[in-house]
Amino acid sequence: MAASSAAAAPPAERGEPNHGLRIFLIWLPIAVIADVLLYFVYGPHMPPGDMSNSAASQQFDIKVMSVLAAPVMAFVLTFMAYSFIVWRHREGDDTDGPPIYGHARIQATWITISAVIVLSLAAFGTYELAGPGLAGAGAGEGPSPIWKPDGTPLQVQVIGQQWRFTYRYPQFGGFETTALYLPVGQPVQFNVTSIDVIHSFWAYQLGVKADANPGVNNVAYTTPEHTGTFMVRCAELCGLWHGAMFNQGEVVSVAAFQAWAHKTEIQLASITKLLPPYATSYDPTTVAQINKAMQKAGITGANGLYYPPQDPVQP
Amino acid sequence: MALPARIVTLVVAFLAVVALAVFVIVHYFLGGPPTVAFGSGVSADTGATVHVVMQEDPQNTVSTHPDWVSYFVQSPTTHQWVHTTVFSVPAGSRIDMTIYGYDGCTPLRNPYWGRVTGTIGGVEYVDGKPYSSLNSWGGCHVGHTFSIPGIGLNVPMASPDLSASLCGTSPCTTSSPYRLMTFSFNSPKVAGTYFWQCRIPCGGGFIDGFGGPMQTIGFMTGNMEVVS
Repeated sequence: MAASSAAAAPPAERGEPNHGLRIFLIWLPIAVIADVLLYFVYGPHMPPGDMSNSAASQQFDIKVMSVLAAPVMAFVLTFMAYSFIVWRHREGDDTDGPPIYGHARIQATWITISAVIVLSLAAFGTYELAGPGLAGAGAGEGPSPIWKPDGTPLQVQVIGQQWRFTYRYPQFGGFETTALYLPVGQPVQFNVTSIDVIHSFWAYQLGVKADANPGVNNVAYTTPEHTGTFMVRCAELCGLWHGAMFNQGEVVSVAAFQAWAHKTEIQLASITKLLPPYATSYDPTTVAQINKAMQKAGITGANGLYYPPQDPVQP
Repeated sequence: MALPARIVTLVVAFLAVVALAVFVIVHYFLGGPPTVAFGSGVSADTGATVHVVMQEDPQNTVSTHPDWVSYFVQSPTTHQWVHTTVFSVPAGSRIDMTIYGYDGCTPLRNPYWGRVTGTIGGVEYVDGKPYSSLNSWGGCHVGHTFSIPGIGLNVPMASPDLSASLCGTSPCTTSSPYRLMTFSFNSPKVAGTYFWQCRIPCGGGFIDGFGGPMQTIGFMTGNMEVVS
């Protein structure tokens, strides 16, 4: 009886290779090569580039996450390929596979590794977002940011309106223009707002993206580190011509920026006089001049509303 | 349900879906206001002058939205006013614009757009007088803007005196009070579609005036088709 049981044992259980070791040995070089290629070869080309410290920080974060994710993906693919090859169905073999009742060591290892990776990424991401001296998320942080860059940043107000961004430079007489120039190496504070509907200021290569909400000042910091052009797009569906709401910006040398700013300040002096006093957000219901203008036009009762009380207003 | 009935139901449902798709395509994608062609006998890139005439009315009595403010374009061949905001011009030409402003005033949200940009000489002429900007907050002076962002063109449209009775039937005629704006710009040398818009929230009855005619081609926004 015992002899017949031994004879009936599945052949696979005799001389079975150490599959775990084989999979590990296949996976290890793949994972190492993938990580090296991702970090050193593709990494420098990952979005959004390294034009500013925000962008570089985001690129670094993406590289780190890719380096952590690649071995996991490599393991899944290796295991899948190994299974297809080694445990594939063979001609004439109609037997069932061995029953699996669980494997405590594998489960514990899997859960531990997953937990370590996820918790490490959470800690890393939190530090990268709010760590001292880091570039932050490059996103709008509301009117009261939890951190500020060192030094005195250049103030640039971003005003969203259908369907164009305009930029106001309060440190240069408050002129407003459709051109966005920034000096290299100098911290910039974007004060992002809107005077009509919701827009989103997305300076792609700078790694800056901040919602432009009416009546709200959404602050985003960055420091351009390389000269060149970058693309600004509206990233919030804002009406008929939302797709055409984009422009190019340019990072130039400090001297070139100063020259441009002073020249533009003089050129636009006449229109700057017509602008309301600089404020971090514009609400037609609180700008005195527009109230007076509308009263002259006879199109409002009070409080700066463009249209009669029965008309809908921005919620 | 019997097999014939099921087949009929399936066919009817299929035809209904097809009909709906055709309606959407025809009505929303292929439909739209007509294009008025200017300079049809003018060769592109010659710098020849093409004259475009438009008017902006406080309403329009020719559409299903009679209370919407609207632009009209004058056909260069029939001289009839066409209810459209789509027109074509040759590439690389000088465009002389004439716009009759029949609508009343509304302040700009952003007075920056009171500045004239993109025109030849950097000015517009209002009733024959040159202006490089109009102050919409200084009084009842500005009704709309004519702006083509793709070429940096922005021209504020002056409005008739507040005390005047505005035109009540469109297209308006010069028997109603109006302001006459003229300006010139060079059409791009690159053929394509360049949208234009008004920057004053003139869609009364919509949230803060930004809906309705402001978002509808044929009223306060449209296309300049540049043909080579």
